[in-house]
Amino acid sequence: MTAALSIRDLRKTYKGGHVALKGVSFDVNPGDFFALLGPNGAGKTTIIGIISSLINKSGGTVSIFGHDLAEEPAVAKAFLGLVPQEFNFNMFEPAIEVVANQAGYYGIPRAEAFRRAEKYLKHLDLWDKRRMMARNLSGGMKRRLMIARALVHEPRLLILDEPTAGVDIEIRRSMWKFLREINAAGTTIILTTHYLEEAESLCRNIAIIDEGELIENTSTKQLLNTLHMETFLLDVDTALDSPPKSESHTLKLVDPTTLEAEICRGESINSLFTELSQHGIRVVSMRNKTNRLEELFMNLVENGAGSRGQA
Amino acid sequence: MNNREKLVAFQTIATKEILRFARIWVQTVLPPVITTALYFIIFGNLIGPRIGEMEGFGYMEFIIPGLIMMAVITNSYANVVSSFYGSKFQRHIEEMVISPTPNYIILLGFITGGVARGLIVGIAVTVVSLLFNPLNVHSLPVMFSMILLTAILFSLAGLINGVYANSFDDISIIPTFVLTPLTYLGGIFYSISLLPDFWQTASLANPILYMVNAFRYGFLGVSDISLVTSYAISIGFIIILYLFSLHLLRTGHGIRT
Repeated sequence: MTAALSIRDLRKTYKGGHVALKGVSFDVNPGDFFALLGPNGAGKTTIIGIISSLINKSGGTVSIFGHDLAEEPAVAKAFLGLVPQEFNFNMFEPAIEVVANQAGYYGIPRAEAFRRAEKYLKHLDLWDKRRMMARNLSGGMKRRLMIARALVHEPRLLILDEPTAGVDIEIRRSMWKFLREINAAGTTIILTTHYLEEAESLCRNIAIIDEGELIENTSTKQLLNTLHMETFLLDVDTALDSPPKSESHTLKLVDPTTLEAEICRGESINSLFTELSQHGIRVVSMRNKTNRLEELFMNLVENGAGSRGQA
Repeated sequence: MNNREKLVAFQTIATKEILRFARIWVQTVLPPVITTALYFIIFGNLIGPRIGEMEGFGYMEFIIPGLIMMAVITNSYANVVSSFYGSKFQRHIEEMVISPTPNYIILLGFITGGVARGLIVGIAVTVVSLLFNPLNVHSLPVMFSMILLTAILFSLAGLINGVYANSFDDISIIPTFVLTPLTYLGGIFYSISLLPDFWQTASLANPILYMVNAFRYGFLGVSDISLVTSYAISIGFIIILYLFSLHLLRTGHGIRT
């Protein structure tokens, strides 16, 4: 099976000597919903920049659906749609022209370009704003406009670089729904995000990059299975002066009515409730302290930084 | 991309470029027309009669081709430099860079926008000149071909300036300190035969002189320079600037890091 995206030994050294990528290799399978994660400055945007021809690579190869970007740029580019991190459309053009013009750059005739622009602007709830100058759209609308623009030539591989940054939760959820739909329809999606809940909820596979190196590349399920401990916050009905003594669990008092409990993965949570009941404490609500993926991400990045420091 | 798709991409960029300046015609088309009308009034109507004849023609008649040419040069240049730099500044040049559109199509699209604005302003200025003097046509083919070549040449120059520009100051430095002096010294207001020998020879290093004189030949049938030399210089510069612009786009200078 030809990979939707195949990156081999990708390297980038910027003018001034900063090494952004130190030989990154990974594949993304067709139809995948793939997360590319990493802290700020890890090299994610450099990878996306090279794939989308906005950054010149220093070494390595990029192939999109089997077509080498350096050897067959026009064919490879035609497969790709990009939603960049920052707004990069003409602010002085009506929304519909931003989308229709993009179709034109892919050789789609004007009438068909406007038909597709209508389809995607309607899908993304922007049809009513089609005549509005792009600069007058709200932040969330601008993000959706970039998604409509990226889809207008119906790419087989869609890359979204932090598409939901600064977007309210309602719009974020509707964007998730839309992305799931186009992925289900066959579009391969690569997503970078700082909302790890987003990656956990949407993506089947995850690669983590840090300081220009790939430190993890596996399925989301497998990655989450490596978690040994989970931390829960328990809201209790009476104010406490100190955490109750427990032999089997580590309990901390966050505030008089909130307890923090660490539970081993696979262990029944009932024993904790039994113990708390014996102390006359009634739990009224409970939540995860941190997102599970967030916890793993931090562990991987911190461990990676530690091992690199020792090397 | 097949040829039909390339044609669609070219039409898209060219239309976008033309709509860009047409939407703001009060800023792009009207001011040069007003400025040139003032030249006609002051130099042609008020001062011209005191100057007398130039190369056997009334002064107003003599300066009209040069002033039309000046409007075409400045507007072709200004259109492409501001549009290209604006697309870099707002980063929407990336829309084209990530697409399969070849670099030469992107270049031709921008050039078409510059040529369109140059010609529209040129036609508007010509119409205004009719209020002051009847149109004198010696050779329509020479007029059209030279104005077209000039618009292409200065659109290319504007694009190169746009590629190198890093700030809005950078897009006004060349027009102010290079283009305007060369245009004024390019024989718009005088025949170089009036200059001392040294300055006559020095003027030959100014490419605008060749275009103004060939264009004036189209109107009046007189020129300080041979037509063949004017066409050779214009076409030669176009080829050099086209290849250089294409090289800049291919390497992504100022666009890709």
